[in-house]
Amino acid sequence: MTAIEALETDGHVRLGATSALDPAPLAAGPDEPSLLAPPGATGVGTGPAKRRSRAWLANTPPTVLLASTYLLVLVVAAAVPGLLAPHNPLIISTEPPFIHPFHSWTYLLGTDQDGRDMLSRIIYGARPSLEMGLGATAMGVAGGTTLGVVAGLAGGFVESVIMRVIDVVLAIPALLLALVVIALMGTGTTDALCAVGVASVPAYARMIRAQTHVVRKTAYVEAATALGARRVAVIWRHVVPNAIKPVLVLATLGVGTAIGYGASLSFLGLGTQPPAAEWGSMLANGIQYINNDWVMVLIPGLAVTMTVLTVTVFGRDLRRRSEGRARI
Amino acid sequence: MRGKLLLRRLGWRLAAGAGVMWGAATFAFVTLHVTSGDIALVTVSANGSDPTEAVLQEVRRQYGLNLPLWRQYVDYLWKLLHGNLGQSYQQHIPVTSAIGMQLVPTLELAGAAAVAAVVLAVTVAVLTAKRRSWVRAITTGTELVLASMPTFVVGLLLLIVFGLELDVLPISGNQGWQSLVLPALTLALPISAVLAQVLQAQLEEVLEQPFILTARARGMREMSVRLRHALRHAAIQLVTMSGYVIGSLLGGAVIVESLFNRQGLGQIMLASTTDKDIPLVTGVILFAALAYVVVNILVDLAYTLIDPRVVTT
Repeated sequence: MTAIEALETDGHVRLGATSALDPAPLAAGPDEPSLLAPPGATGVGTGPAKRRSRAWLANTPPTVLLASTYLLVLVVAAAVPGLLAPHNPLIISTEPPFIHPFHSWTYLLGTDQDGRDMLSRIIYGARPSLEMGLGATAMGVAGGTTLGVVAGLAGGFVESVIMRVIDVVLAIPALLLALVVIALMGTGTTDALCAVGVASVPAYARMIRAQTHVVRKTAYVEAATALGARRVAVIWRHVVPNAIKPVLVLATLGVGTAIGYGASLSFLGLGTQPPAAEWGSMLANGIQYINNDWVMVLIPGLAVTMTVLTVTVFGRDLRRRSEGRARI
Repeated sequence: MRGKLLLRRLGWRLAAGAGVMWGAATFAFVTLHVTSGDIALVTVSANGSDPTEAVLQEVRRQYGLNLPLWRQYVDYLWKLLHGNLGQSYQQHIPVTSAIGMQLVPTLELAGAAAVAAVVLAVTVAVLTAKRRSWVRAITTGTELVLASMPTFVVGLLLLIVFGLELDVLPISGNQGWQSLVLPALTLALPISAVLAQVLQAQLEEVLEQPFILTARARGMREMSVRLRHALRHAAIQLVTMSGYVIGSLLGGAVIVESLFNRQGLGQIMLASTTDKDIPLVTGVILFAALAYVVVNILVDLAYTLIDPRVVTT
């Protein structure tokens, strides 16, 4: 899955038959976040904090609460893995290898072929995954914003050129595009991050350009211009922040996609290299022993899936809120 | 009148497709030339020899690398038009034959996966749209999990269950249809989950329309209403997802072919990426862009058949 796909899945951006030529795939429809409302006007009322938090809870489905809890644990694991992990994830121990999960109190999830604790390796794997998800998405949004805002504001020839180039790049599957970047740069954690980030730029650029067009025609931008605000000030203070805002919500879903891609690249041996504790490369390592024991494959596989799933659940809830829809 | 409009629409699509291919070719050319290092050196020394400067000069002249960049670009496009994608650094064969040899297994895989994905998505969506809430909850949950699961995890789960535990299907190789089942299913499941989500939402919207009520009032059975009236409207949405589908199929092929140890374009792409065999990498990219363009034109034609209104507007 790519950012494009994750976003598409939710029916926001659709590529394909009509969009190869259609320059405005993301017109602000009725279910788009309202761009006319001044920023910050959509908050909950100013009632007592207790009532507000209770209202928030009532508006939050249990799945989202579960997802938020999981994400919290994940963030702690990424920030201070040493706090949660019972063992060192890298040191090859003299402990027996291939202990099964739930067979030993000291090694709750068992050990791998070198007697390394699986639980600790999973916990230490949270950081590379989150770094990949956030870093690649930040890169995609930054690149996409630059291209999209320039295209949307410049208009005319510049816009046509940028958008046609983006059409071309979108014709190349995101994973293949990431592989091209790796072929040029080399393999490794940073290279894989750049590859996933670059591959997601065109989709974000397209969205930001459409939003820029919407924002520049709004009343508050016209008012600022009429009041004699300088062009640069209008762009930085009004156009850019308001064009990015709705896209940032969708970018949450892109984080999950990027995590999946990062793990895929490590799985293929192109991203984070062993012996580092990273879910994709742990999985690739486990495959060597799959005929005897597939549990070493299952555990990192579940970790990736759970993470992408929770980010998706969280992102969809965020989008629902930003659109002001009630919980279903 | 209609025929004329249809032809004009097709003409525009072909022109746009040619434009995208020209852009992709330019992208390939730029990629070839930003590669650090001397192309002549890479071409000669791939087999381990240490060439002299004279040999390098000869190679540069032979490949036209001493010409100005714009001449090289024009020559590159000209060769491309004649089906010449250059020479693979590592395999020392033309890129077109390297791709041609591996084309069939990947087309088999992608074709089987596409059919499976659409059939699964349509079946699930038609059967579950606007049904009892627990039915919807189960399908929505399954779709969400499958759409979030990276392709390699889907593949490994299928491999563990059907290949190892039940031992009913082969887990690697290219022999016979049995070896195609697990890889094709691996590619198909995430795609079908995404398609089913979109189709379901669309079906539920269509089933609210007045003409559905009319059909029901005429005494039409529920399944016929869904299949003959609602599905046709909802399918339009499905058709616009073709870009996503083709991207997932070709991108997923890299992972699935590696996981199930199948031959194909994905394996070529992976090997050439690791070897920095840029001509082969750009060759596969150009092929992917071509597949995208061709499928989009076909889908556009299908679109006009499903919804005749698009031609006249």
